[in-house]
Amino acid sequence: MNVERITEKLNILADAAKYDVSCASSGSKRKNENKGLGNASNGICHSYTEDGRCVSLLKILLTNHCIFDCAYCVSRKTNDIQRAAFTVQEVVDLTINFYRRNYIEGLFLSSGIFKDADYTMERLVRVAKKLRTEHNFNGYIHLKSIPGASDEIMREAGMYADRLSVNLEMPTEAGLKLLAPDKNRQDMIDPMAFLNKEIIQRTEEKKLFKKAPMFAPAGQSTQVIIGATPENDNQILQTANHFYKNFNLKRVYYSGYVPVLADKRLPALNTSVPMVRENRLYQADWLLRFYGFKVNEIVNNDQPLLDLDIDPKLGWAIRNMQAFPVDINKADLQMILRVPGIGVQSAQKIVSARKFAKLNWDQLKKIGVAINRAKYFIICKSNEFERRDLTGTNIKQFILAESKSKYLKNATTQLSIF
Amino acid sequence: MTSLIYDGTFEGLLTAVFEIYDRHLTHVKLIKGEFYTSALFEDLVKIATDDVRAGRVLKGLKQKLSATGVQRLYIAHMAELENDDDTIVGYIRYVFDSDQNIEDDYGNKYVMRVSEIFNMMRRERHRMEAFVRFQKLKDETFYAAVQPDFNVLPMLIKHFKNRYADQKWIIYDLKRNYGLYYDLHDTEFISLEFSAVKNPGNVITAFCEDEGIYQHLWKNYFNSVNIPARKNTKLHLRHIPRRYWKHLTEKI
Repeated sequence: MNVERITEKLNILADAAKYDVSCASSGSKRKNENKGLGNASNGICHSYTEDGRCVSLLKILLTNHCIFDCAYCVSRKTNDIQRAAFTVQEVVDLTINFYRRNYIEGLFLSSGIFKDADYTMERLVRVAKKLRTEHNFNGYIHLKSIPGASDEIMREAGMYADRLSVNLEMPTEAGLKLLAPDKNRQDMIDPMAFLNKEIIQRTEEKKLFKKAPMFAPAGQSTQVIIGATPENDNQILQTANHFYKNFNLKRVYYSGYVPVLADKRLPALNTSVPMVRENRLYQADWLLRFYGFKVNEIVNNDQPLLDLDIDPKLGWAIRNMQAFPVDINKADLQMILRVPGIGVQSAQKIVSARKFAKLNWDQLKKIGVAINRAKYFIICKSNEFERRDLTGTNIKQFILAESKSKYLKNATTQLSIF
Repeated sequence: MTSLIYDGTFEGLLTAVFEIYDRHLTHVKLIKGEFYTSALFEDLVKIATDDVRAGRVLKGLKQKLSATGVQRLYIAHMAELENDDDTIVGYIRYVFDSDQNIEDDYGNKYVMRVSEIFNMMRRERHRMEAFVRFQKLKDETFYAAVQPDFNVLPMLIKHFKNRYADQKWIIYDLKRNYGLYYDLHDTEFISLEFSAVKNPGNVITAFCEDEGIYQHLWKNYFNSVNIPARKNTKLHLRHIPRRYWKHLTEKI
């Protein structure tokens, strides 16, 4: 093995893949059969980079040679960078050896488009096939669906991969046309729709025949880039909601644009990464998937932007003061989930615990409720509760005044003149 | 107040519970250990672990709790927290004093505390599943040293045995001086003699040839995937507290 050359390739092709934020290794249920190597179930983050993101998979490009010229992408054709390509065997060796040392949960393989879509996709599938069939590897494999790849190849991909994803990149078609003139949104949606149909059909089959082979057991995901184009949060979340509903996506990832390229269509190079906005979008996404919120309750045409100061659940609550206060000891689970400061686990604990006895503030605190936010919205077994008739704006001010936001790097200290 | 001295095992603790009911004790305190010099006027009872009595208490628990409930209690005891034996005894007494299954009564302080301890144990187990870093030795055994906050090695057997079924491996707890060894068939507890080794966490002399190469590649990979524009040290440290760094290949 030429260590220097492999190191160089790994550095180039890992660096080029890092802007894909998906790192999930959960949702699959692949068992280790016949004393092979590995399994995939709940997902483990094996390490964390200095930017605090999880490292769960060996996330690399097969190559960064690309025939496309997308403005937001470091690997675009006209960008003057070092190019490299792994052989199939090199990727297999890296994956197996990293996996055996418990560095990773598996492989995330993407690629620049060389020659054409099918040729590229076929190479990705070849890596997965080799791992599964020659090395009895049962760890997690996430493959990129290359836009425009044929149904036949996508079907084969689903036989070996746990998850497949195709990145929408821009939240709207107009955004995509502006920054990625070579790409066509329909080419991205086609493989996604095909896989969705195929997954549904295979799941039905598996109900009838237990032995039927798995087909992309961890489903599909996608990613949209935030802040490169002027779409508002309403457009972004409506898009996400559309794909959750119609394509059964497991996840939509929101990737704050990191300015790496100078282009007059893009934010300037010194623009900071919109990390707070990204965080608010993920919070909103969680409300859609786990808290029973409808997308229009969070954003709509009158309320197109998420509030950066406060989380979207608190935002909804102060716009809907008529729904509060909620009686913790009586309200149903769906309503308790809507109280700011109460998460899914706390809500479930509350509903279990109150069957034994009514709960008071101390107990709620112990259970894990963030009292500093929840106290304005609930009553419990106590005479002490918020009696003032506060407006939503008042509450927002009180909460902001006593919270230390993780995003406020330089606390605004006011100068005192006297 | 009666102090009950027991041997620190779960069976010992269950025997102590038996004694509490047998002697109709109300105010009790559990103390681990063989010897104990007491204050002059304190009541002291030395508990001799008794499998039959422990078995009867366990049987009672199984009747009143779900299987998961009993397991959680056992794991909470494995945490070996200084003052929480009394929590576990309090929990068991609450179980026996109630007509219904109380394991979801999070308003009760014992139930809540056992749930907290269980979560601490589960978090530590999960960290070990993530932070174990095997090094391949000349005889093809994959060796990892760890220093977990709690005694979680027994909770790791199933995960690592399922995952690494086709390689021999050792996970060694340097803090508690014992380890797990998987020989391609079964796992067993082992203890190693490290007197000749300066740093048992890093046994470079015994490395297989390509071990250094893959460690080098992994470190390079780890650095390449970082996005400097998003640096967030606080978050980084929350996910990987410093005390785990010395056994993490990418952080050494």
